[in-house]
Amino acid sequence: MSSPGGGEHETWPLWEVFVRASRGLSHLHAGSLHAPDAEMALRNARDLYTRRNEGVSIWVVPSSEITTSDPDEKDAFFESPKGKRYRHAGYYTEAEGVKHL
Amino acid sequence: MAREETESGAIDQDALARFDEIIAADERIEPTDWMPEAYRKTLIRQISQHGHSEIIGMQPEGNWITRAPSLKRKAILMAKVQDEAGHGLYLYSAAQTLGITRDKMTEDLITGKAKYSSIFNYHTPSWADMGSIGWLVDGAAICNQVPLCRASYGPYGRAMVRICKEESFHQRQGFEILLHLSRGTKEQHEMAQESVNRWYAPALMMFGPPDADSPNSAQSMAWKIKRFSNDDLRQRFVDMIVPQSEVLGLTLPDPAIKWNEKRGHYDFGELDWDEFYEVLKGRGPANSIRLERRRKAHEDGAWVREAAAAYAARESEQAMAS
Repeated sequence: MSSPGGGEHETWPLWEVFVRASRGLSHLHAGSLHAPDAEMALRNARDLYTRRNEGVSIWVVPSSEITTSDPDEKDAFFESPKGKRYRHAGYYTEAEGVKHL
Repeated sequence: MAREETESGAIDQDALARFDEIIAADERIEPTDWMPEAYRKTLIRQISQHGHSEIIGMQPEGNWITRAPSLKRKAILMAKVQDEAGHGLYLYSAAQTLGITRDKMTEDLITGKAKYSSIFNYHTPSWADMGSIGWLVDGAAICNQVPLCRASYGPYGRAMVRICKEESFHQRQGFEILLHLSRGTKEQHEMAQESVNRWYAPALMMFGPPDADSPNSAQSMAWKIKRFSNDDLRQRFVDMIVPQSEVLGLTLPDPAIKWNEKRGHYDFGELDWDEFYEVLKGRGPANSIRLERRRKAHEDGAWVREAAAAYAARESEQAMAS
């Protein structure tokens, strides 16, 4: 399913914007905007989401190109890790008090 | 047929229970979650009105960009008006996640179907109004908006976080404009005082009618869209601006303002709610000018939107062909 808000009756398509705050960090989702093409989307994203030096790099992705997991199948889809506490360090309590472990 | 209805009814009951659970746990509703139609409608109305207010809100200040008294003030004012355009777009994007298109929102605004904050229907005849708008209007807006950062609808809350971060500069620059005028020549001081006299009451009315006359408030608070009542927020605002006006060396045009030891708040006088409803109904000083300018800007920009779309279509055709 496509991302919400990507309506078909808009003059311009919807884009999702990802901004890298500084070198060494991931691009994070900042928001969305309308633009006729990728180049304009980048320029609009710069004006809209980086007016105060919030970023050193921007990605724009057409919202219609994003595939999301089905919210109605949320429980089934994310079931696998549930009940598997042994995947977390906190599960192993017998090492309590032992240093550097 | 009857069975299907029961089935979908049962699904709705489950979904509603899940929705109530999320609200009760103070978690956030996200766009793909099921939500009651009334919740969706309330949010679309509130968020789009909020977006429209930002967009229309560019006009009273845009009015002074070419006449700002120095290059510094001009640059600041341009940055502020640009922020307001940005805030409008964040809010429109949040509203769109609820299923309304940007085009529909624009149409509702320019045909006069949608409302926006009445405060932007007042004129800005003096430079000091740039100070009063920043200090009082943006100050009241911040008071309203900080609790909205925790609104139960995720995209709205996230838009508000971003907006609040940027809004504090707006209030401070306004305060500084008034401070400089107040400490300037006698004429400058009078200009600042005259402006504050005009903006004080309309700014207080930005919080909406008294709680007793605000029928939708209770439901919005139950849904955790709204966190505090209109009167509570108004009181909080008055408590903030009274000491600030003393720093400015200006007075607030309400003789009833007095510290109330027992309540731990400032008392203040009745507001003229007839004026509020008049402006809301479109009979304010600048309603028709604001809407007409917005409509003209939209219509004059039609060829730009069409040309950009045509260019994008041609580019993508050529990319396919090569």
